[in-house]
Amino acid sequence: MITTRPSRLAALALTATFAFAACGGGATPSPTGATPTNGGPTEPPAESMEPLSGTIAIDGSSTVFPITQIVAEDFQIEHSDVQVPVAFSGTGGGFKKFCAGETEINDASRPIKADDEGEGIACDANGVEWVELQVAIDGLTVVVNPANDFAACLSVAELATIYGPDSPEHLLWSEVRAGFPSEEVQRFMPGADSGTFDYFTEEINGEVDSSTSWAVQSEDDNTLVTGVAGDTYAIGYFGYAYYVENTDKLKAVEVDGGNGCVAPTDESINSNEYSPLSRPLFIYPDVSKAKERPELKAFIDFYLANTQAYSSEVGYVALPDDLLAAEVAEWEAAAGG
Amino acid sequence: MTAAAPAARSAPRFEPALMRRKLTGTIFYGACLASIAFLMLALALLLFDVLTRGLPWLDLDFLTHPPSARPARAGVLTSFIGSLEIGVIVGALAFPIGVAAAIYLAEYAADSRLNRLLQTNISNLAGVPSIIYGILGLSVFVRLANLGPTVLAGALTLTLLILPVVIIASIEALRAVPDAQREGAYALGASRWQMVRRSILPAAAPGIMTGIILAMARAIGEAAPLIIIGAFTFVTFVPNPISGQYTVLPIQIFGWAQQPQADFQGISAAAIIVILALMLILNGLAIIVRARLSRHIQW
Amino acid sequence: MSAASITLTHRRPIGERIIERLLFLAAALGVLTTLGIIAVLAFETVEFFLQISPIDFFTGTRWSALIKPQSFGVLALVSGTLLVTAIALVIAVPLGLLAAVLLAEYAGTRFRTIVKPILETIAGVPTIVLGFFGLNFIAPHILRPLLGADNIGVFSALNGGIVVGLLITPLIASISEDAMRAVPRGMREGAFAMGATKFEVVRKVVFPAALSGIMASVILAMSRAIGETMAVVLTVGTKPQFTFDPTESVQTMTAFIVQISIGETAQGSIEFKSLFAVGATLFVMTLALNLLSGWVVRRFRTGYS
Repeated sequence: MITTRPSRLAALALTATFAFAACGGGATPSPTGATPTNGGPTEPPAESMEPLSGTIAIDGSSTVFPITQIVAEDFQIEHSDVQVPVAFSGTGGGFKKFCAGETEINDASRPIKADDEGEGIACDANGVEWVELQVAIDGLTVVVNPANDFAACLSVAELATIYGPDSPEHLLWSEVRAGFPSEEVQRFMPGADSGTFDYFTEEINGEVDSSTSWAVQSEDDNTLVTGVAGDTYAIGYFGYAYYVENTDKLKAVEVDGGNGCVAPTDESINSNEYSPLSRPLFIYPDVSKAKERPELKAFIDFYLANTQAYSSEVGYVALPDDLLAAEVAEWEAAAGG
Repeated sequence: MTAAAPAARSAPRFEPALMRRKLTGTIFYGACLASIAFLMLALALLLFDVLTRGLPWLDLDFLTHPPSARPARAGVLTSFIGSLEIGVIVGALAFPIGVAAAIYLAEYAADSRLNRLLQTNISNLAGVPSIIYGILGLSVFVRLANLGPTVLAGALTLTLLILPVVIIASIEALRAVPDAQREGAYALGASRWQMVRRSILPAAAPGIMTGIILAMARAIGEAAPLIIIGAFTFVTFVPNPISGQYTVLPIQIFGWAQQPQADFQGISAAAIIVILALMLILNGLAIIVRARLSRHIQW
Repeated sequence: MSAASITLTHRRPIGERIIERLLFLAAALGVLTTLGIIAVLAFETVEFFLQISPIDFFTGTRWSALIKPQSFGVLALVSGTLLVTAIALVIAVPLGLLAAVLLAEYAGTRFRTIVKPILETIAGVPTIVLGFFGLNFIAPHILRPLLGADNIGVFSALNGGIVVGLLITPLIASISEDAMRAVPRGMREGAFAMGATKFEVVRKVVFPAALSGIMASVILAMSRAIGETMAVVLTVGTKPQFTFDPTESVQTMTAFIVQISIGETAQGSIEFKSLFAVGATLFVMTLALNLLSGWVVRRFRTGYS
């Protein structure tokens, strides 16, 4: 008979999985507004009277994701009844969901487009009230092989020669600047739909997504690291975190944005001296929801209170103190009342 | 008669050339062995690479912790459970539907044009790339049915993916049962369903179960369709099967490998070991099930 | 063929008919799936072609969906897919057939217990694992040292072809083995009786007799290689270009679909719609191959009593 062991096994497994889910805290997401508000607007987060619970859905930029991931993780350890799933479908995709009310926070590596149908206009139409909070700074780092001793500093114009849309299929270093060797430039760059790519092309080439297509692209920045580290005449760019993790294999290029050659360091990025490749990283919380739900307010408070430590841990550059204070004030003004 | 004799005299003598022919044969045999050796080598290199990079990171903590932004604390618990949930739901859905369809096509369907079309359709579906199923799942389950990027949507998509394979394997298993079984059942007065249920299905059970388990293994190893659906999430809690956001092992492996910290490469490799072990267990299970169930079959 | 459809009762009981209906519905789900796929792909593809001319799409050799200036010539992606598939077949067909011959003709039980599990293990490895193997091991430790780091980069069609070749070898091997085993023993023994060596029997008797199954297996493997995604995403790269140089990084149709899905592309944009157009092209290609495979089997099947 077919009604024996295999199907019983399957039934057992199914039950076990559901039991797992039940005790593992995978409860259905709590409806918004169901949890009673706590007292006092300026109450410190972790020490509230009743345990916080609920689901905070976050989506958005894959660049900001590493920071939000750590924040979510530590927050969930302190508040085990709150669930914080963090996805990273991209800044644009994330804004769409955010403005449709599907997520509570959007990670963004660029500001929201206020007059875009999918973003600003949709948010207004759906009554999603947001506030822009900067949480960290990323310094896009241009790297070359450690054996490269000639390209210590490159100007924005020279970077545009290398990565611009009119750059030829086979470009020689000597065409970038006279005096450089007559060797072919091995170009690497991040994938075309990453925020990093968008930002770099906008700052260096003048237009988002305008770029040479003759570079080796990869969505995985680790592969770019391997590529540049493995070729003497290679050049590439990616987020600061990937350079910091691989200083032994790569050499950072100083960028001349018009005020002399500046190397990417914590200080130069923090003070925006390293320009134009320092870029702000944001989160956009849903303010109206935060006013009704203490766990969301607590989460943002927690985020801002710890963002300096977490961004450094991940490899980004922490906000300067005055900027952080301004962001906290902005948040309190929007949601604290 | 006379024509044959001169032909025999001028025809070349047949050279057996046994040595040369045997040599060719031996060389060919050597080539066959070499190909197997090459495949073994490739597999060994793969395992060696994965084990050396991943074993240092594989400990009990790794298996019982959820993922973390810090390599030392990262674990496969939630993605493993996500994979299991998907596997179970997929198996539970594909089993009845797949076997039912196979029974219809093998036992009930007359050899008409309609039914041959159904069969051709199913074998074509078996060859459609998995990513196309991902696109289908995105449009139908995630958007149209509004399930969102949940375990259920992912499981439904993967069920559609493996259903053709399950059906084909089950049809083969059913067809392998000799007609004598069927005719004997009819001779005893059984109706068609009785004949199928009591006589054919138990006989075809080993092949059917093997097919399902292997299809489930395939579903658990799939990443592309789930990526399209959006199973790309960092979750530290056990996902609710119906409404929960989730991730699965292959996608977790993919995500970890992209983190900047070098330690995550080792973490990713450790997760690969886990999924390989899971595959091995499932394949072994298929073999055991086939062996145990076919013990009762004699013809 | 199903057994004679006589029952001993005069009318079929209702239960039987209900069961038959249910079973039919299950089988018809396949049709529903196919219609669903066609509908989903066609709808967005049509919208895509309202903005981009089909001629440009099908004959253009420059594919640049995300980098401006935009261009949607699918031949760049198709050439990437075909290049990887061709390399994969060059590897998998000899390996697979030799393994099949070994299993069908030479192997005793001892051999089979070693060889079959190896093939099944390779077939069971998730494709993403094979992709990482290519990225982390084959490219840096085999391809680049062998061919020179200047001649081949981190990503290459060759790397992808090797990995996909490994992936489809078990497919060719097992289907060809079945085809060869189906050849009646009598034919082999006849050849042996005439003094043929084992190799000659394989070459002149078994192989031609099993040819239809072998060809079908190759076509199916080709279809599988064309549809392979994760293994190529990791090994081949993201540089769509119309080339047949295996050392180059290219992009396949499947890798492009994944790239758009993961990335920050706005849904509803022309780039996103191009995903469906590429998907439709892919679907048609694999469908054609699958139909071809079925036709080959029917047309070339040698019947023997």
